[in-house]
Amino acid sequence: MSKGILGKKIGMTQVFDESGKSIPVTVITAGPCVVTQIKTPNKDGYSAIQIGYGDVKEKRVNKPLKGHFDKAKIDSKKHLVELCVGKDEKFELAQRITVDVFNEGEKTDVVGVSKGKGFAGVVKRWGFRGGPGSHGSHFHRAPGAIGMCATPSRVLKGRKLPGRMGNKRVTAKNIEVVKVDKERNLLLLKGSVPGSNGGLVLIKNAVKSSNG
Amino acid sequence: MHNIIEALEKEQVRDDLPDFRVGDTVNVHLKIVESGKERIQVYKGLIIRKQNGGARETFTVRKISFGVGVEKTFPVHSPKIAKIEILSRGHTRRAKLYFLRERVGKRAKLKEKR
Repeated sequence: MSKGILGKKIGMTQVFDESGKSIPVTVITAGPCVVTQIKTPNKDGYSAIQIGYGDVKEKRVNKPLKGHFDKAKIDSKKHLVELCVGKDEKFELAQRITVDVFNEGEKTDVVGVSKGKGFAGVVKRWGFRGGPGSHGSHFHRAPGAIGMCATPSRVLKGRKLPGRMGNKRVTAKNIEVVKVDKERNLLLLKGSVPGSNGGLVLIKNAVKSSNG
Repeated sequence: MHNIIEALEKEQVRDDLPDFRVGDTVNVHLKIVESGKERIQVYKGLIIRKQNGGARETFTVRKISFGVGVEKTFPVHSPKIAKIEILSRGHTRRAKLYFLRERVGKRAKLKEKR
């Protein structure tokens, strides 16, 4: 079954498990989300659901979007995201999705926008080793040779070079759910998650997990 | 710190432990699971450091074992700690007692707190 929920990254802390091990966790306030639109193969050519998260004042929403929310008979939402679902999975308009769709111990994929690193060199951006720091070396963090000579007399596409790093959509795969707190709408995920604190994250069921 | 994280950490803080400080000599009773059985192991030493706060607080206990200095760091609020006994309180003028590492024998002793 495919499932997903939108949330906000709060920050990191640690919790102790039953055996007394301390586990690093990322705290996320997720949901409650609502289903804002259902896409079907007959009408749209594929099946998916659109979910909304976060309230927004009605006057901040433009008229086309307002009409879209009115169709589902729900309040305006700040963020909308589409999720692929199977053909025979049943969803209803305005159906609420809360954190309890996930169970403790389940594997998830977490999508977020990574922290921007600005214009970064090849050592930071691509993990080039760089040269020696001293002993008469003048080659420190430069990229080195970037191609051949008169043939092809151009730089091949895809060459790893300095440039803008981060601030991109990143998916962290197979992240374990440590704890689900339904009362406070909290999800505790093992380890780190892309993005800065306060950033929007999408939590989906894992695509490549070995344990379902 | 965000107040949600603060609340989460507060839930994990233990209030059954005594107020131990840097310079105290303590017995740390540890729960150890060996071949499915749980037993208590006592680690005795001097607290030379306390770090961090809230649920993430840790303390380091130093002892001399068979002539070799051993330091172990424990999370204060770990469920693996059964109890902490304070044997004596030492008088200290600093928060971290790293200077004890270079000292041996009688010079590595702290004055008892009055």
